[in-house]
Amino acid sequence: MKMITAILRPYKLEDVRTALDAIGVQGITATEVKGFGRQKGHTELYRGSEYVVDFLPKVKLEAAVDEALAARAIETIESAAKTGKIGDGKIFVYDLEQVIRIRTGEAGKEAL
Amino acid sequence: MKNVLLFLAFCLSALTLGSLANAQTTAPAVPAVTAASAALTATVPAVADAKAALAPQPVAAATDAAATPAPVPNKGDTAWMIVATLLVVMMAAPGLGLFYGGMVRSKNMLSVLMQTLVVFCLLGVLWAIYGYSLAFTEGNAFIGGFSKLFLKGVTPDSVAATFSKGVVIPEYIYFAFQLTFAAITPALIIGGFAERVKFSAVLAFMVLWFTFSYLPIAHMVWYWSGPDAYTTQAAGDAATATAGFLFQKGALDFAGGTVVHINAGIAAMVGAIMVGKRVGWGREHMAPHSLVMTMIGGSLLWVGWFGFNVGSNLEATGTATLVFVNTLLATCSAAVAWSLLEALLKEKPSMLGAVSGAIAGLVVITPACGYVGPMGSLIMGLLAGIICYWGVNGLKRMIGMDDTLDVFGVHGVGGILGAILTGVFAAPSLGGTGVYDYVANKVADYDMGAQLVSQLWGAGTSAIWSAVVSIIAFKLVDLVIGLRVDTEVEREGLDISAHGESAYNH
Repeated sequence: MKMITAILRPYKLEDVRTALDAIGVQGITATEVKGFGRQKGHTELYRGSEYVVDFLPKVKLEAAVDEALAARAIETIESAAKTGKIGDGKIFVYDLEQVIRIRTGEAGKEAL
Repeated sequence: MKNVLLFLAFCLSALTLGSLANAQTTAPAVPAVTAASAALTATVPAVADAKAALAPQPVAAATDAAATPAPVPNKGDTAWMIVATLLVVMMAAPGLGLFYGGMVRSKNMLSVLMQTLVVFCLLGVLWAIYGYSLAFTEGNAFIGGFSKLFLKGVTPDSVAATFSKGVVIPEYIYFAFQLTFAAITPALIIGGFAERVKFSAVLAFMVLWFTFSYLPIAHMVWYWSGPDAYTTQAAGDAATATAGFLFQKGALDFAGGTVVHINAGIAAMVGAIMVGKRVGWGREHMAPHSLVMTMIGGSLLWVGWFGFNVGSNLEATGTATLVFVNTLLATCSAAVAWSLLEALLKEKPSMLGAVSGAIAGLVVITPACGYVGPMGSLIMGLLAGIICYWGVNGLKRMIGMDDTLDVFGVHGVGGILGAILTGVFAAPSLGGTGVYDYVANKVADYDMGAQLVSQLWGAGTSAIWSAVVSIIAFKLVDLVIGLRVDTEVEREGLDISAHGESAYNH
């Protein structure tokens, strides 16, 4: 099993969610985060005080998938989230050791 | 905590004793009050006669004083003054609180709301006890006396003079109107040291500053015996000799450019310097947490300011409508000027800038609003937008102080600018009203040079007086209570540490 973490532009969440749903990824978790890579921030000005804001709002999406689906999931996220401009985000893939469904106690692939 | 309880116990006992003492001396008056109300109903038909007697100009009344009945308040004037007073209350609660509060970080929002509200209320109480008496009774040129301590002798029938001969308003509403000024002025100072001062220290400082700076300056600028005393040159001169020091100097301040804005602006600058900069200033992100609140507060201030300025006319006349127009136009041109300047210098005109510009315009027009013409106020607003912009940018950087909410930059600089420009644009040749001669009963010849000197007396005296009192008061409070909170407390935020509350719980 793999845990796929993707940092996305906030407005891309809906598109990615729909696309993942279409290929059979059942559940995802989304968190609002701040971050930056190569994308520059902006400057805010309040009377005489200038603030450089490096951290940009992003969305972190996490999905636990079966190894067989992983490659397609990654491809799907990539194409749904891409705009071609700096700031599109990144995808991280981790090995997932165990998954348990709390309601039923199922574990492993059945719990995905 | 113990200090606060002791302080409260002292105040309550003083209040009780004072009220009892007052009650004893006025107890015999109780039957007189009912007699007075009976007399009032008896005079209702006479009011129409009194109005008819007053309709022809005061010249006749001056030579025939014995036959003229004592002036009675006009219901229109009284109603307007009641409304004007309400508008200024709204400026304090919640106008100023929101305007300031939106500009601080969310962890300090409640501290700003608390400080503005409680300072206003505390000084309202003190105004009733001794403030009104010390400001607006005869004493010497610098301070009044104790003849109206605890509002002794003031009844619903007592009257206060206006700027027109033979026209009066009920003294209670004059007292209430002036209360709102005396209570909101100290609240302005809060902006200079926001986000880092102990609540108890704020209150202690305010009591001292109110007593030793606001009251004397209000007395110096605004106290006089009223126009009815100006029957002959000799009588007029004698009356002027009993007036406040700056009134005698001829300083014009219609609604409080010196008494309110310079007074508070200087105190805020002193506070910002003596309290020191906020922890992390210049390095950390300290952006306003809600410019939406600031805009709401600023708008409430603008609307309320019509009460502040137009109410200072004390009656609902044509002059009052001129004051209204000036209050409207100066604000419009100042907001546009600031936005334009910001767009030119910084590429983007900001919401904070536009609201600040509006407030700057209001500050600058405050001393001038009853003396200048509409075109004069447009120009004054334009200059306010430009010069106060410099006040919160270049000047603040030059001085190197953390005047958190730009109280000096807007109120201090604006007050000084307004005081000086009043001397310029009050000139009839520039569309102003000139200065009225109550002996000759017409507008006097205007001497701009002399008037500017008078204006500088007003601005200079209030600035220096406020600075000295502020330095001593801040030092005293620092020694006894301590001004600043601990660094850890400052980092956590004043809302939790001083008030045990969070502004936003979502």
